[in-house]
Amino acid sequence: MKRSYLGEFEEIVLLTVAVLEGQAYGVALTHEIIEQTGRSVRLNQIHSALQRLEEKGMVKSEMGEPTAERGGRRKRLFTVTAYGRRTLQEIQEVRVTLWSRLLHPFKPATSL
Amino acid sequence: MSPQPRTGGPPRLADRLLERFCDPYTLEEMQGDLHEEFQYQVRRVGERQARWRYWRDVLGFLKLRARQSFTRKKQQNTYPTTPLISPDMLRNYLKIALRNLVKHKTYSAINIAGLATGMAVAMLIGLWIWDELSFNTYHKNYDRIAQVWQHQTSNGEVFTGKAIPFPLGKELQTKYGSSFQYVVMSSWEGEHFLSLGEKKITKEGSFMDVDAPRMLTLHMLKGSYDGLKEPNSILLSETTAQALFGDREPLNQLIKIDNKMDVRVTGVYEDVPHNAQYGKVKFIAPWELYVASEKWIQRARDNSHWGDNSFQLFVQIADNTDYESVNKRILNAKLNNVPANEKKFKAAIVLNPMRDWRLRSNWENGVKTGGMIDYVWLFGFIGLFVLLLACINFMNLSTARSEKRAKEVGIRKAVGSVRGQLVNQFFSESFLVVFFAFGLALLLVLLVLPWFNQVADKRITMLWTNPLFWTFGLGFTLFTGFVAGSYPALYLSSFQPVKVLKGTFRAGRFAAVPRKVLVVVQFTVSLALIIGTIIIYNQIQYSKNRPIGYNRDGLLMIEMKSPEFYGKFDLLRTELKNAGVIQELAESSSPITDVWSNSGGFHWQGKDPNLDTDFGTVWVTHEFGKTVGWQFKEGRDFSREFTSDSSAIVLNEAAVKFMNIKNPVGTVIRWGSGENMTEYKIIGVIKDMLMSSPYEPVKQTIYLMSYHNVNWINMKLNPAKSANECLTTIEAAFKKHIPTAPFDYKFADEEFGKKFAHEERIGKLATFFAGLAIFISCLGLFGLASFVAEQRTKEIGIRKVLGASVLNLWSLLSKDFVILVIIAFVIATPTAWYFMSHWLDQYEYRSEISWWIFVASGIGTLVVTLLTVSFQSIKAALINPVKSLRSE
Repeated sequence: MKRSYLGEFEEIVLLTVAVLEGQAYGVALTHEIIEQTGRSVRLNQIHSALQRLEEKGMVKSEMGEPTAERGGRRKRLFTVTAYGRRTLQEIQEVRVTLWSRLLHPFKPATSL
Repeated sequence: MSPQPRTGGPPRLADRLLERFCDPYTLEEMQGDLHEEFQYQVRRVGERQARWRYWRDVLGFLKLRARQSFTRKKQQNTYPTTPLISPDMLRNYLKIALRNLVKHKTYSAINIAGLATGMAVAMLIGLWIWDELSFNTYHKNYDRIAQVWQHQTSNGEVFTGKAIPFPLGKELQTKYGSSFQYVVMSSWEGEHFLSLGEKKITKEGSFMDVDAPRMLTLHMLKGSYDGLKEPNSILLSETTAQALFGDREPLNQLIKIDNKMDVRVTGVYEDVPHNAQYGKVKFIAPWELYVASEKWIQRARDNSHWGDNSFQLFVQIADNTDYESVNKRILNAKLNNVPANEKKFKAAIVLNPMRDWRLRSNWENGVKTGGMIDYVWLFGFIGLFVLLLACINFMNLSTARSEKRAKEVGIRKAVGSVRGQLVNQFFSESFLVVFFAFGLALLLVLLVLPWFNQVADKRITMLWTNPLFWTFGLGFTLFTGFVAGSYPALYLSSFQPVKVLKGTFRAGRFAAVPRKVLVVVQFTVSLALIIGTIIIYNQIQYSKNRPIGYNRDGLLMIEMKSPEFYGKFDLLRTELKNAGVIQELAESSSPITDVWSNSGGFHWQGKDPNLDTDFGTVWVTHEFGKTVGWQFKEGRDFSREFTSDSSAIVLNEAAVKFMNIKNPVGTVIRWGSGENMTEYKIIGVIKDMLMSSPYEPVKQTIYLMSYHNVNWINMKLNPAKSANECLTTIEAAFKKHIPTAPFDYKFADEEFGKKFAHEERIGKLATFFAGLAIFISCLGLFGLASFVAEQRTKEIGIRKVLGASVLNLWSLLSKDFVILVIIAFVIATPTAWYFMSHWLDQYEYRSEISWWIFVASGIGTLVVTLLTVSFQSIKAALINPVKSLRSE
């Protein structure tokens, strides 16, 4: 597969960017990811992941509107690029394929 | 939207930290996010907690920034950069450099030849200095060996000498023994002849105490360090043993020293190398033997003569001490022992360490003032200067060609060379030239070394196997390459491509100024060297032409080294006179070119009681005056007609002046002490006879009559016969009467000439260096002139077309250089004058520095300059203008 390697954390960030649909920026992403995954994620980790994703061409960004609670500063809004979308799809496909090939699918633990 | 709680806001310090260290492009979004998060956290967990989290996040961002800056840098250049020094580029640099060299053959030749000459000179001087500095290091205990000297005060002046009294050796050994490892008494090194049956050889040798071989750490080839234990033994150097015994076993063989001492060879040692004090000493015999050989030495021993300074003493200080403390301890070792009437001389004992023997043995009024080390410095400077001259040539020629190469630099820059690459290229060019020059210089040194050794009286060899030589050579080459290449590399690479390529590039009015300054420096150095050389030469000539007060033509001397010589005086004199080969024959206590004996304790009527009387004393036989041809100012010569002449003396003018007496002839002088007081009567005063140093005033000297105290036979050859014929007859007579001694004679004028050896050596070396300096300077001038001529070809063409004559053009081109030489002259004259008058100060009898020396060297340099420049300027002036103007 000839594409940039995507780390697990990056994948989650990328997916979350896609989920937030144009409203993805640092703080929003942080809170969303904390909520959804229960990890203790920090702002700088999100930022660095976003930078890496942008360098890899998975997301693109533009500056949004300034808000009062940001002290009049603009936010950088991220959207997933076509390449990013394809990458996410490919990852999903790989996983689905692998899951489907399980001869003995995992049974719910309750059956024990 | 919920109403905002009033807070103190996020921590200011953290904010500022972020502003200071974060990427300015992402600062806004980052700070925005942080602030938004802060507000959120304030609502959720309160301000205190929020501030803490804010700090945490800021630090997180700073960490991020650190990593970012690293990754960003890596990505700035999408192409792989070429390192400034890569093998490929290096090969390219060298190739281009080589092509450039071949393309401009004249420039390259001038550059390489000039640099090679400069480097060869520097290398020769380096070898010379190495040789001087490593003097005596052959001896393992080099650092702890010293000679014992003494200061003595006489008539208010401190004289320092290495002659010490006999009992001092024992004194140091018994009273101060703990300070010394070895105490070694020694005779003066002198020529003796060794005989094995019929075979006789004359060698320089020394009589020394038993510890000498151990102290000097001689390398014994046969026998042991204890070879001098028995009084009748001798240690031979390898070459001496070879000369006497050939391939036969020398050990335990019996030989004779000076026909009077029978000794057994107890050891053979490796020859001490030439650059050591003992390099000339070819055998060592026991001190005891020396003491036994002469009555006066035994007397000095038995009577503890503290006033008779006739011996040498060497010591090795003990390992646990140093010179300073030993010096302090033994300062009064002599003063404590001398009789009351000699206390006034304030004898002070001082150690002169071996490392100073060669280079720092001059004392002036009790203070060390240097010595040969001055010449080491001087020559070091000269070498550096000559090398500098060569480097200046290189720089000048390179910058002179800069306009030609400016286009090359422009294009290289335009197609993407960075400055570093250009610097590298120019440096590789200079290194290439320097390496060629280094090779050539090695060759030159090899060729010149035998001649140089002869002039400098050295036995320097190339230190091929010495890693230090190669380290030094390499460092020296790199240094030269760097110095010579630095200016072109930094100057040429600074050109701006736009200016150069637009064609508006002009070197500017002042571009030639550094070049001119360098030329002036060159000629200043050359001129100063020439002036110095002339002054040295002048001084030597002046001293050589000094009136000597006797006639040295056909004057021959033979040292009476063996007892056989004595008692043959009349026999030899009558026989040789009858044969008509000599005019006169006389004996004396000193050779005609030296005074071996100085004495004090003279008294006369009207003498200042505080005056320490110190006279040179020479014992002569009746016809000494006739033999050497001394000239009387008043009074008469010794005569056989007066029997009373056995107590007659002849003075020289200096002595009369020293004694401060009006009518010397007839004055009675008493000499001696107590009961031994003898009276002498002055019968004549001669004009000063120059017997010792030609640079010092003639010492007050007394000539006494004696047939016993003599060591030398002096003969005046018959001028009517050829010297060869005379010598054959004389040799035959000597062989007949003194069969066992070798016939070793010396001509007085040759011996006199030897006194100038040191100055002549320096003069020759200075001439050599000055010549090379001028050569190098002219080489540079030649290159510069050709460049200027070439640069102005068009101008010359136009001038010619408009009617300028060749003479006009010649003066146009030469004028600039003449001005530079004149400026150099103005700088060099006072500088040279200052240094040379300082040099002359060391001689009492010295020539004056007269104005013609400066004028002559100035005019000489000017002529050479004009000749050099004219070659190029006339060549340029003769070019057909059609040729130079056709293009364009």
